[in-house]
Amino acid sequence: MIGNFFKSLYGEKENKVCKKCGRSYTYSELVKHSMICPNCGEYFRMTPRERLVMICDKFEEIDANLTSENILNFPNYDEKLKTATKTSNSKEAVVYGVAEIAGQKFVIFVMNSEFMMGSMGRVVGEKITRAFEMATEKKLPVVGFTTSGGARMQEGIYSLMQMAKVSGAVKRHSDAGLLYITVLTDPTTGGVTASFAMEGDIIIAEPNALIGFAGARVIEQTIGQKLPEGFQRAEFLQEHGFVDIIEKREKLKYTISNILKLHSC
Amino acid sequence: MGAYEKVLKARNSNRPSGAFFVNRMITKFVEFHGDRRFSDDGAIVGGIGFLNDMPVTIIAMERGNDVNERIKRNFGCPSPEGYRKALRLMKQAEKFNRPVICIINSSGAYCGMGAEERGQGLAIAENLMEMMTLKTPIISVVTGEGGSGGALALSVADSIIMLENAVYSVISPEGCASILWKDSAKADEAAEALKLTANDLYNFDVADKVIEEENMSYDEICDNLKCEILAELSELKDMPIDELLEKRYQKYRNIGKL
Ligand SMILES: [Zn+2]
Repeated sequence: MIGNFFKSLYGEKENKVCKKCGRSYTYSELVKHSMICPNCGEYFRMTPRERLVMICDKFEEIDANLTSENILNFPNYDEKLKTATKTSNSKEAVVYGVAEIAGQKFVIFVMNSEFMMGSMGRVVGEKITRAFEMATEKKLPVVGFTTSGGARMQEGIYSLMQMAKVSGAVKRHSDAGLLYITVLTDPTTGGVTASFAMEGDIIIAEPNALIGFAGARVIEQTIGQKLPEGFQRAEFLQEHGFVDIIEKREKLKYTISNILKLHSC
Repeated sequence: MGAYEKVLKARNSNRPSGAFFVNRMITKFVEFHGDRRFSDDGAIVGGIGFLNDMPVTIIAMERGNDVNERIKRNFGCPSPEGYRKALRLMKQAEKFNRPVICIINSSGAYCGMGAEERGQGLAIAENLMEMMTLKTPIISVVTGEGGSGGALALSVADSIIMLENAVYSVISPEGCASILWKDSAKADEAAEALKLTANDLYNFDVADKVIEEENMSYDEICDNLKCEILAELSELKDMPIDELLEKRYQKYRNIGKL
């Protein structure tokens, strides 16, 4: 399974340009560097596919074919879903399944910022809920990679209710004495921050990732002033006591594997 | 009445806020202050009192009626310490076996620097998790505006009641219009599209009951609401806890089921 993922990574992808220093790289060169700019160290945003290859030795996807429908008949949502499916080459904003690192089994979910900004509608909420319910049943830990602009407003109140639904499943998993590690990646905001992103037993963040509840523009409008440099970045959150570990991307697999091992006996 | 008219009505400053419902429904009310961690949030009023002859914990969002009150109440926008005070009082209710009533009326959780620095996201997330397994009945009532995650943080409940002209939405229609169409003047279109009225939410199985408002004074509306809460509680109070919590979990599990 993971072998296919590897091959797909080296497929026909275009060159990528670093948004910080402007250098251009072939896709395979970037993959070799863990999607970090070899020149300036800037982190490229990663797709679930890339993340799974980087983190897991084995991975088997579940519910790969769940797709969203326009349940409220919201204007232009059908077109947006179609475009997102095409440009992100994926069916929804999260992928989940059973994975292994160094022989240790766990359930993993990875969000996708390329699919409608990683926003959470019914399908995203349902897949993450099922991930926790399955992990509870099979007594497995959960590792979740978050990236999201928040709730998907085209699904109205249904999208808001996903926060409660997922939180219920996280609570049951937690009450069963099972481990949940969250890895907050750039950007994690809104309803995802106000639910399962912050509900981990152990919260890891990637360096400089934007993490917050309210968007920077909304805060600036509310308080009538500019936000200071570094506000809502991973380092800011750690300083204020909300993040256990800020881990470099190259070391993430080792760190996750180590924490899983520490909880396995 | 169009959806946006309802939004404006729900926000109208003549519409009573949380304290009105507390004062009219509850006798011998004792207010409790503070989250025991940082401060006391005026946007959330909480305490205990009698609902008829039953001791209850009541937690209400309050916007304030005049300029000074509004500033003190931060216009009804709770900060993390407000949600933490609410959770503290809910845990207290669980310990002393009192039902919890939450009154929701807020445009949303406060979007300021301090709120972010003290973990607004975490505070809401913790309430969602803890309320899901709180071992006592919870009834949430949306009386005016139910604004997004800030409202959800007090509405993981066994029963959600909405007043007829209350609204509950994932985002304000103005915010939605400005993100989607770069034009906040299209708020009325957005309000229609978001399907945020009490009747919409009843049809979506989010709201369990809608309290009529037409041709009634707020006193009468509040008295009808009280009857409804008493009726709900008489059922919920006798339910075995495991069954209550399973039902609560399934309520959210089944909203908009795929
Ligand atoms: Zn660079």
